[in-house]
Amino acid sequence: MNSLALFFTVFVACAVEAVEALTIVLAAGLTREWRSTFQGMAAALGVLAVTVAVLGPALTLVPLTWLRLVVGGLLAVFGLQWLRKAILRASGYKGLHDEGAIYTRQVAAARTATGGSRRGVRDWYAFTLSFKGVLLEGLEVVFIAITFGASQQNVGLAAAAAVAAVVVVAAVGIAVRAPLSRVPENTMKFSVGVMLTSFGVFWGAEGAGVSWPGNDAALLALVPATALVGLGYTAVLRRARVAARAEVPAAGRSAA
Amino acid sequence: MSRWLRSFGAFWYDFVIGDDWRGAAVVAVALALTALLVHALSVNAWWLLPIAVIGALGWSLRRATSGKP
Repeated sequence: MNSLALFFTVFVACAVEAVEALTIVLAAGLTREWRSTFQGMAAALGVLAVTVAVLGPALTLVPLTWLRLVVGGLLAVFGLQWLRKAILRASGYKGLHDEGAIYTRQVAAARTATGGSRRGVRDWYAFTLSFKGVLLEGLEVVFIAITFGASQQNVGLAAAAAVAAVVVVAAVGIAVRAPLSRVPENTMKFSVGVMLTSFGVFWGAEGAGVSWPGNDAALLALVPATALVGLGYTAVLRRARVAARAEVPAAGRSAA
Repeated sequence: MSRWLRSFGAFWYDFVIGDDWRGAAVVAVALALTALLVHALSVNAWWLLPIAVIGALGWSLRRATSGKP
């Protein structure tokens, strides 16, 4: 179950971030120039691959108890962030991530920016836009892949899941040649938030010395329980928002 | 150099902690309390961290939505 969960979590997290990176790469490539865009993308992927190759094996040298305490705590904090944002978006308190709108903004900026070659790159703007986009979106994936992989002592599987997600999103992006705005990003982020929080809690508490009832099987209760809590919070916030919005016109009518 | 260090630190703070540092503080305190209960009082406090995380999420959401229609 843990290997499957590891693969699923890293794959979905990576797919979400790859969709966001794809929007930036497409904006740079279609409005500026493909060669410099690919150079920027390749440079960023190189930096990310080196980070995984160096940090992954280094983390496996840390004693597992300490690793799980620190990594579990970090994952729980990181997962709470993802879950919080996904719940706020699902309940309407925060705008949904709109790849189409982001793409339009990036294209407008790319059209007005000045070009120019530098350090052997034909279009420096396209290179840096693509490099920054892929690197920043990729860092979250690297963080998840390394921490999950190291705690499960299977960095290789985590890396394979990340690569698989990048390949799938890139293939779809090449076929469609447009930002993937129909991907249910928020649902995917909610799922990743649930997994990160659950595994973070599980490993963090284990690192602190706890013995979970049923050992690893406790995750079978922890993951659905976290998902149910997240869905519960979403429903409560949605209802509160609808009630608050209904009150405003009613108050306006009575004042008139 | 100090500006670079500051922006590097700000990037990692925003990356890991995000919009609400209180969630991170609750997780850290809950982990310390769990370790204390397990090692000093021999209480297998597996329930403490899940409760703390659920509470921290609710608290953070309440703070983020209070006063917003």
